[in-house]
Amino acid sequence: MDILVIQLLNSIFYAAVLFLIAAGLSLIYGVMRIVNLAHGSFYAVGAYVSAWAVGSVFGAAATGSWQLAGQLLLLPIGAIAVAALGALIEPTLLRPLYNRPEEYILLITFGMLMVLEDGMKLLFGGTPLSAGTIMDAMGSFHIGGLLYPAYNLVVIGVGVLAVIGLWWFIYRTRFGVILRATSQDRRMASALGLNVGSVYVKAFAIGCFMAGLGGAVVVPAQAAVLGMGIDALVLAFVVTVIGGLGSLEGALIGALIVSFVRTAGIQFFAEIELAVLYLIAAAVLIVRPTGLFGKG
Amino acid sequence: MSSVATNLSASRLLAVALPIVVILLALPQFIGIYQTELLTYGLTFAIAALGFNLLLGYTGLLSFGHSAYFGMGAYTVAFIGRDLNIHSMELCILGGLFSTFLISALFGYVCVRHTRIFFGILTLALSQVLWSLAFKFFWVTGGTDGIRVARNSITLLGGLIDFKGSGSYQRFVYSYYYYVLALFVIATVVMWVIAHSPFGKALQAIRDNETRARFVGIRVRRYRWFAFVISGLFTGLAGILWVPLNGLTTPDILYWPFSGEIIFMTVLGGFRTFTGPIVGAIAFNYLKVYAVASSQYWQLVLGGVLMALVILLPTGIVGTLPRLFGKLRRS
Repeated sequence: MDILVIQLLNSIFYAAVLFLIAAGLSLIYGVMRIVNLAHGSFYAVGAYVSAWAVGSVFGAAATGSWQLAGQLLLLPIGAIAVAALGALIEPTLLRPLYNRPEEYILLITFGMLMVLEDGMKLLFGGTPLSAGTIMDAMGSFHIGGLLYPAYNLVVIGVGVLAVIGLWWFIYRTRFGVILRATSQDRRMASALGLNVGSVYVKAFAIGCFMAGLGGAVVVPAQAAVLGMGIDALVLAFVVTVIGGLGSLEGALIGALIVSFVRTAGIQFFAEIELAVLYLIAAAVLIVRPTGLFGKG
Repeated sequence: MSSVATNLSASRLLAVALPIVVILLALPQFIGIYQTELLTYGLTFAIAALGFNLLLGYTGLLSFGHSAYFGMGAYTVAFIGRDLNIHSMELCILGGLFSTFLISALFGYVCVRHTRIFFGILTLALSQVLWSLAFKFFWVTGGTDGIRVARNSITLLGGLIDFKGSGSYQRFVYSYYYYVLALFVIATVVMWVIAHSPFGKALQAIRDNETRARFVGIRVRRYRWFAFVISGLFTGLAGILWVPLNGLTTPDILYWPFSGEIIFMTVLGGFRTFTGPIVGAIAFNYLKVYAVASSQYWQLVLGGVLMALVILLPTGIVGTLPRLFGKLRRS
């Protein structure tokens, strides 16, 4: 019974991280029709920058309980850095290609992926970077006879907040209306006087911010390692394909499905756990190419 | 009329291709063993890119899962050698092509129901099923250690040539170069015939305007499926030839970044031309080898090249050079 509760919490923890990554990927696709192959690398950059910030002088400056608070406040730096990177990349590298066939955008994001993967190796070195001090400082609590780290609940909390925040942002704010209008008909939005260029920069930066936030919240629990972005991207793809590319609800349901299947898979059918996920994605694509929540 | 044009272009092609083949035949005499080996790698990748381009350049479908067919060919050769103890390269090729045919017919049947980005993601997802199986079933596939394929146990031409005894490495590199070259020439000719046949023209019609192609009476989905299978077979052949050269097959060649490398080769050469993928694959192989040798950050170099290529030279090497020459001639 205790194990069941812990596995449930583990899946929700995992779903929260996956949602953050996949929602960013889906948002960028929904507004700009770009499949961003570098999205997983943005997640990895977020993890590295946050781990670096927490482990650096700023993170170690304060002592005692202030140190934990300070380090928690430093975590989002990774997300902000990735958002800034996204705001830089969109106008310089992506915008020149909007008038060309979509293959070129896919290719340039693949180039970005290669550059980012090695850029991280260059900047942060080959050894894993961890922000485990946060996890240790927060301690753990008892579930029945077993221990569970308290930090995981923070991640789940961030995930829930992100779901509510994004929903409010897209469906309840003025910018959300602009975003949805641009995603439905770019030319009409432009004809009505919207500055589509600036909408695109913001949408891309927000999508990158979500990926970076995913990396930032995961890094106290799992160290940042090389290659984590490439692994994360394929899972985020599976999530968005199941839920529907460009759909927020889809990213949420997809993340829950993928993380529950994965948790069950590791427990019961470890050898084919990944294969099952890809097969589910392929099956959804065959039956409903737009995903469970996709439009059209 | 059209057959005259085809004959004309065929003879022109022959005039260009023959000297190149002669150069390729003579080259090992001048460039030494290491360069010969590199060129062999380049030729195998050229076969893969040639197959890939039947989908991208001629049919207009961007597959992000061609690592599956390359890996399928490679792993089949490894299984045949390890489990059946058969080391004749011809039998390995037949077995590898058969398994590649099965998997590409199955995957293709599913994938051609979609186009554009959904096609890409579907091919990606299915190729990753194979990757995760090769990765996790380590008692069958060796997991990340992969399977070794010993060079000196391979025999060519039905056992006429083997590599036992002294100097086997040298003999292997030189014999295998000519073996791969012969298959490369055959593959290129076959692909040229396919691309210029009525079937190839139909594929191009589908690429340019699917609706119109359907009105003309082309069975669009079936043609795409055939193109998919042919494309998979070429890439599978490349994987088969690659294994003895590399001596080892690992799940890396099934992982999706390798599919990205095949796309990279094709775009580097130019996917709007027939010869582009060949030039691109050989150039990419040199580029990668020298980037890896000169810097531990070779991915950074390659990624930078790819981004520059996409922005500045979208038509690739083969598409750009003639224009460049034209400009020089005029000025």
